[in-house]
Amino acid sequence: MTESAVLPDAEGHFGQYGGRFVSETLFAALDELRDTYDQLWQSPAFQAEFDLDMAHYVGRPSPLYHAKRLSETYGGAQIYLKREDLNHTGAHKINNTIGQALLAKHMGKPRIIAETGAGQHGVASATVAARLGLECVVYMGVKDIRRQALNVYRMKLLGATVIGVDSGTKTLKDAMNEAMRDWVTNVDNTYYIIGTAAGPHPYPKLVRDFQSIIGREARRQSLEQAGKLPDAVVACVGGGSNAIGIFHPFLDDKDVRLIGVEAGGHGVDSGEHAAPLSVGTPGVLHGNRTYLMSDENGQIQDPYSISAGLDYPGVGPEHSYLKDIGRAEYTAATDEEALHSFRELTLLEGIMPALESSHAVAHGCKLAATMGKDQMVVINLSGRGDKDIHTVADIDGIEF
Amino acid sequence: MSRIAACFAALKAQGRQALIPYVTAGDPNPSVTVGLMHQMVTAGADVIELGIPFSDPMADGPVIQLACERALAHNTSLTMILAMVAEFRQQNNTTPVVLMGYLNTVERMGYEVFVAKAQAAGLDGVLMVDLPPEEGHYFTKSLAQAGLDAIFLIAPTTTEERVKKICAVGSGYLYYVSLKGVTGSAKIDTDAVAQKLALVKQHTQLPLGVGFGIRDAESASQVAKVADGVVVGSVLVNALGDNQDDPENGCAQVIATLTAMRQAMDV
Repeated sequence: MTESAVLPDAEGHFGQYGGRFVSETLFAALDELRDTYDQLWQSPAFQAEFDLDMAHYVGRPSPLYHAKRLSETYGGAQIYLKREDLNHTGAHKINNTIGQALLAKHMGKPRIIAETGAGQHGVASATVAARLGLECVVYMGVKDIRRQALNVYRMKLLGATVIGVDSGTKTLKDAMNEAMRDWVTNVDNTYYIIGTAAGPHPYPKLVRDFQSIIGREARRQSLEQAGKLPDAVVACVGGGSNAIGIFHPFLDDKDVRLIGVEAGGHGVDSGEHAAPLSVGTPGVLHGNRTYLMSDENGQIQDPYSISAGLDYPGVGPEHSYLKDIGRAEYTAATDEEALHSFRELTLLEGIMPALESSHAVAHGCKLAATMGKDQMVVINLSGRGDKDIHTVADIDGIEF
Repeated sequence: MSRIAACFAALKAQGRQALIPYVTAGDPNPSVTVGLMHQMVTAGADVIELGIPFSDPMADGPVIQLACERALAHNTSLTMILAMVAEFRQQNNTTPVVLMGYLNTVERMGYEVFVAKAQAAGLDGVLMVDLPPEEGHYFTKSLAQAGLDAIFLIAPTTTEERVKKICAVGSGYLYYVSLKGVTGSAKIDTDAVAQKLALVKQHTQLPLGVGFGIRDAESASQVAKVADGVVVGSVLVNALGDNQDDPENGCAQVIATLTAMRQAMDV
C-alpha cells in the first residue's frame, strides 16, 4: 500500500491536515471513540455485523449502471453511475450512520445526536436510531429546515427531535457548532454521529472507512462489467464523505483519475459558492485543519449553494491532503450546471439525482465529452432527488 | 518575572485570589474595550481575558456567540485587538492581559507575525480554546521564545495522564473548566471542582484559575476558597449585550458585578 492509503497517522493527520482541534472537554470522548473504533474495525464479528446490515438493511451492493443514453448524448466516454441513490433512505449517508450507530451501541450510549444540511444525514441517523431504539436529536439550520421541509417531517415521523439552529448563517456549519455544544454538555451518555468525513480525529477516518464500501464495490463492478478499471471517478464534494468513500479504494490505482466537484454556486469568482478546495486557504474549523473559506481575518465566510448538502465552508481533511499531493483533482460546478444535469439525467435515464449529486453528473458529462468512446467514467450518484423537487419546482414557478 | 507570574506571586503573598474578568474585544463596539479594561482594573480585576471574536465559537454558549456577532458587526479584527492591548499598556504596565479565542484567527495572521505583534503590544498570554497541547507544539514554543505564556484548559473529563501532559506544557496559569458544557451554562459544583483541583495540584506549581458557571459574588467567593483565580465571563458579557445601545450603562453593570465579587472574595 502507498503512503496515502494508510493515512491518517496515530494523531489523525493527513500530512498537515486533520488532527484534533477541539476544546479539552471532548478529548476523553474522542480517545474513547478512537480506541473503540480501532478495536472493533479489526474485529471479524463487527465486520460481519456491518456487512449483514449493508446487505439486508441498506440493500447493498448498489448497482453500477451503464448510462447508455447519457453517454451517447455526450459522444465520449462510457458513463457509469454508482447508484447510491438506491440505498435505503435514498443516499450514501446510511452507510456511515449504520457503522456509527453500531459503535454507539457497543459503547453503550443511549442517545445519539447529528447535524444535517440537506437532511439526508439527519434522516439516516433518525432511521438507525429508530431501529436500535436510541434517542435521536438532529440539529439543522433554520434556513435548511425551510428548503428541506420533507426531510424534516421524515425525521419527525422516525421519532427524532429536530432542533432548528438560528445562529450564524443558519445552515450546516451552524448545525455542526450546535451539535458540538450538545456533545460537550452531554458527553457521558451521547454519541455524536458526524455525517461527513470531517471533524476531529477519528471521525474523518472512520467515516471514510464506512463509506469506502462504495469504492470497493465500484472497483469490483468495473472489473466485472467493463473488464477494466475506470479512467476517471467523479464525485461531488461538500464535506466529502461520498467522494472519499468512492476515491479511497482507487488511491493505489494511479491510472484512475479521481475528481471531486465542489459547489460553484453562482460561480467560484462570484464569491457566492461553497468551494474551499477550489479557492480557499488552509485553516482550522470544526476540529480539523483543512481548506476553508475564510476572510483575511480568519472569520469563516458564508458558503452558498443551491444544494443544502454542499453548503459548507470546509471540507474533509483527507481531500485537502489529496489535493496538495496531486492524487485527486478538484473543480466546481455551478447551480445552473447542476440544475441542467438534474433535468437531463431525469429525462434521458429516468433517474432523478439529488442536487448535490447533480454537480458530479455535470462535471462527469463534461469530462466524458472530451474522452474516447472506449474510455470509462464512473460518477458517484450519491443520492436521489425526491427531496429537491420543491426547490426545482420553485425555480419553475410551480406551486403545489 | 512575567506579569502573570508577578501578579499571582503578589496575590499569594497577600493571601488573595485573582479576579479574572473575560469580555469579548470589540463588544458592543471597539471604542468601548480599552476604557472598560481600565475600569475593570479599578474595580479589582487582576488579570484581563480578552476574547477574540470568531464567527463559529463552538465551545461557547449563546451569550458569547452573540458578543462575537456584535464585535464582528464592527469588523473587530485580531490586528485591532492587539492595538487595543498596546493602547491599554500606555497607562497600565502591570495588569496581565490574556487573549482567548479560536485558532483560525491566529493561523490566518500567521504564528510568527502574531507572536511578534503580541510581544510588541505588551500581551502576556494566549489561550486558544481549540488548540490542545498535542497540536500546539510549535505555537507554544514560539510563544515561550517571545516570553508569552501559553494557557491551557483542563476539564472535568481530563484524565490524570492528560493532566500531566497539560501541566508540562502550560505556563502562566491553568484554566480549569468547571463543568461539562459551553460557557454560560449550568451552576458550578464547588465540591467537585475542589476534588479535581487537588488532583491537578499534584502535578503543577502553576496557579489554577476556574471558570464556567461563576455568575455572582457568592459563587465567586466559593470558588476563591478552592482556586487561585476566579474567571467570570458570560454574566459580564450579558450585561454588555443587554445594554448594547447604551454601552456606558453596560460597563457600569460589569463594574458593579466585579466590585461585588471582589468584596466577597476578599472577606
